[in-house]
Amino acid sequence: MDLLIRFVAAAVAAGTPLLYGTLGEIMTEKAGHLNLGVEGMMSVGACAGFLAGYYTDSFALALLAAFGAAAASALIYGVLTVTLMANQNVTGLTLTIFGIGLSNFIGILALGRSESGTLKLPEGITAQMRGAGIPGLRDIPVAGPLLFSYNAFVYIGIVIAVLLFLYFGRTKSGLNLQAVGHNPGAADAAGIQVTRYKYASILIGGGICGIGGAYCAMIINGGVWVSNNVGGLGWIAVALVIFANWKPLNAIGGSLVFGALRILKFYVPKSVLPLPNAFYDMMPFLITALILVVTSMRKKQNLSLPGNLGNHYFREER
Amino acid sequence: MKKALSLVLALAMVLSLTACGGKEDGKTTTAAQNEGTTAAAQDEGTTAAPQGETAAGGETEAAGGAKAGVMPAIAKEDLKIGVIHITDPAEGSGYTYTHDQGIVGMQENLGLSDDQIVRKNNVDDSNATEIETAIQECLEEGCNVIFATSWGFMDTCEALADEYPEVIFSHGTGYKSNGVNFNNYFGRIYQARYLSGIAAGLKTESNKIGYVAAMGKDNSEVTGGCDAFAMGVYSVNPDAQIYVRVTNSWFDPEGETQAANALLDLGCDVIGQHCDTPNPQLAAEAAGVWGVGYNSDMSKDAPKAALTSVVWDWSVYYTYAVESIMNGTWTGENYFAGLKEGLVDIAPLADFCAEGTEEKISEAKEKILSGEWDVFSGLIETNEGEVVCEEGQTLDDATITGGINWYFKNIVAE
Repeated sequence: MDLLIRFVAAAVAAGTPLLYGTLGEIMTEKAGHLNLGVEGMMSVGACAGFLAGYYTDSFALALLAAFGAAAASALIYGVLTVTLMANQNVTGLTLTIFGIGLSNFIGILALGRSESGTLKLPEGITAQMRGAGIPGLRDIPVAGPLLFSYNAFVYIGIVIAVLLFLYFGRTKSGLNLQAVGHNPGAADAAGIQVTRYKYASILIGGGICGIGGAYCAMIINGGVWVSNNVGGLGWIAVALVIFANWKPLNAIGGSLVFGALRILKFYVPKSVLPLPNAFYDMMPFLITALILVVTSMRKKQNLSLPGNLGNHYFREER
Repeated sequence: MKKALSLVLALAMVLSLTACGGKEDGKTTTAAQNEGTTAAAQDEGTTAAPQGETAAGGETEAAGGAKAGVMPAIAKEDLKIGVIHITDPAEGSGYTYTHDQGIVGMQENLGLSDDQIVRKNNVDDSNATEIETAIQECLEEGCNVIFATSWGFMDTCEALADEYPEVIFSHGTGYKSNGVNFNNYFGRIYQARYLSGIAAGLKTESNKIGYVAAMGKDNSEVTGGCDAFAMGVYSVNPDAQIYVRVTNSWFDPEGETQAANALLDLGCDVIGQHCDTPNPQLAAEAAGVWGVGYNSDMSKDAPKAALTSVVWDWSVYYTYAVESIMNGTWTGENYFAGLKEGLVDIAPLADFCAEGTEEKISEAKEKILSGEWDVFSGLIETNEGEVVCEEGQTLDDATITGGINWYFKNIVAE
C-alpha cells in the first residue's frame, strides 16, 4: 500500500513536464497552429529558467524567465507561420532542433565559466522549488502524500489546466480563439482579429511549454545542469494532446497516465511481470495510436479538434 | 485533416525514436562490446593482459625479456595527437569529460603544447562516415597518434590502421587490435567498485542498497561492476541486500532519476550507479540519504550524499602510451590495467562515511595491490544459488570482461 502511494506520487512527478508541454500545445493548436517545436521550446525554457534560478536564486524569476524565453522562441514560429506562412510542420521541427542546440550551447558556455566545474542551483531556490507540499495537509494519512505532498510546479500546472478549461469554454475570448482554430475565415468575417489571436495563443502556449522545460532542468535533474535535459518529453507531449482530445482537464489525467507508464518499469518486479523495459517505453505511443484509430472510427465529428489545424489563413485567398 | 494528423503523429513517433536511438547508439557501444571481447579473448587470448604488466599474455612476444618496440620512436616535438570524443568534454562530468581530463593530464605530465593535441568532439560513433571524416581531418592536420575513446570507433580505426601504417591508433574499450599500430585499452573498474561497496555496506542503516545500472544482466561490464560492488558490501555487511534498476541507456537523465527514486521508495538508503549523469546522487541527496558516484568525483554535484565515487584516471594510460611512443617502446599490445597502475580508484571518502570505512577499504586495497587476491577470487555464489567460482579459483580476464551474466547472492532477484 505504502509503495503504491509512492508510485502514484512518482507518477505525478514524472507526468508534470508532460502536463505543461501538453497544455502549451493545446493552447497553440486551439488557434489552428500545429507547433512541433514543443521539445525545442521546452529546452529553451529549461535553459533560461535554470540559469535565471542559478544566478538570482529566485524561483519566481526562474519561472518568469522560462516562460518568457520559451514564448520568445515561439515568436519565431509565429512570425514564420502566421505572418510569412511557412510550412508549420517544417518550422516546428526546425524550432526543435534550434531550441535544443541553443539550450545546450548556452548551458555549456555557463558551465565553462563556473569555477566549481558544475552548475548547481543554490540552496534557496532548491528549497523553494522542492517545497515538499502544503504544510498541515500533507501529513494526513493516504490523502496527504497523494494530494498535498508535491512541489510548486505540480500545483501551478493544475491551476493552468483549470484556467485554460475555463478560458476555452466559459469566456468570449476563448470561444473566439476556438472559432479561429475551426474556421478562421468565418471568425474574420465575424470581426475577430485572427492574427492577433493566433500570435497570443502561440506565445502563451510556448511559454507554458517553457515552464515544463524548467521542471526538467530543475527538478528531474536534481538542480544540476545536464545537456539534453528535456530528453524527448516534448514529443510525448505532442502525442498526449491527441490522447487528451484537446481538452485541458483531460491533459491532467493523461499526463498522470503517461507519467505512470514512464516509471512503471522501475516499480514492477520482473518476477511478477517479466516484460522488457522497452515494452513499457513503447506503451504511451501504442495507446495514442489506438486512440487515433478509435477516434477516427467514430462517426460523430470531433468538435474538440480544431478544424483548421495545420492550415494557413490568408485573407485575400478566401 | 485526420490523415494529416496521423501523419504528424507518426512523424513525431519516428522522430522521438531516432532521437532516443541516436543517443543510445552513442554509448551502447560498450554494451555490444562484451560478446566481442569474449570472442576475441577466447580466440586470441590477448584481450586482457592478466594483472601486472609482467605477466602480459605470453604469446604476443615470443622474444622474452624486455619487449621490443614495434614502431619507430616519434620525437616529442614531432608528436601530434588526435583525440576522437563521442560527446563534448565541456559537459563537466561523465565519460567524455573523464577521458579528456586524462588527455589534459598526459599533456601536463609530458609537457606537450596545446597545438599538439587535436580534438574532435561530438563524433557520432554509430556513423562510420563521420568517424572516418573526423580521423582523416586529424591526419591531415598532421596527427601521428590517434586516441579514439568510444566503442563504435573501433572498426574505422582498424581499417585506417591498415591504410596508414605509420600512424598509431589506440582505441578505448573494444577488443580489436593488430599488435602493431592499433591496440585497445580499458581497465579493471570492478576493483574500485568493490572498494566503494565497502563504504556503502558500512553506511547503510536500512540494509537496503540501490544500484542504478545502465544495462541489464546480459551486459558483462555493468553486471560485473554491480557484482563487485555487491561483494564489497557483503564483505563488511552480509545482511545488506542490493536492489538493481536498469535504465537500458548509457545516458538518460530522466530515467536515471526515476530509477533512483524508485529505489529510494523501496527504502534504500545508499544509491550506487553505473550511468552517466550525477542524477542518482542528486536524488539521494534530495531524499537525505547517501550514494556512490561513477566516472568522475560526484561530490562536487552532490556534496551531502556522495560517500565516494568510482573514478577513472585515464591520464595513467595516455601518459604511458605516449611516453612509450616517444621512447620507441610502443608494443602495440592491449592495455587492461587497474588499481595497481592507478587507472581506476575511488575518490576521497566523504567525512560522513561510517566509522572504520577508511581502514576496511585500505585493507582490501592492500590485498588487491599486493596481488594475493582479486575481487573475483574464491567462492562466488549467484542469487540463483549457482556456484560460478570455486574456493581457490579466480575468474580469468576473458570471463570478467565478457562472461559475467549473473548477479551475486546478496543482489535481490526480482
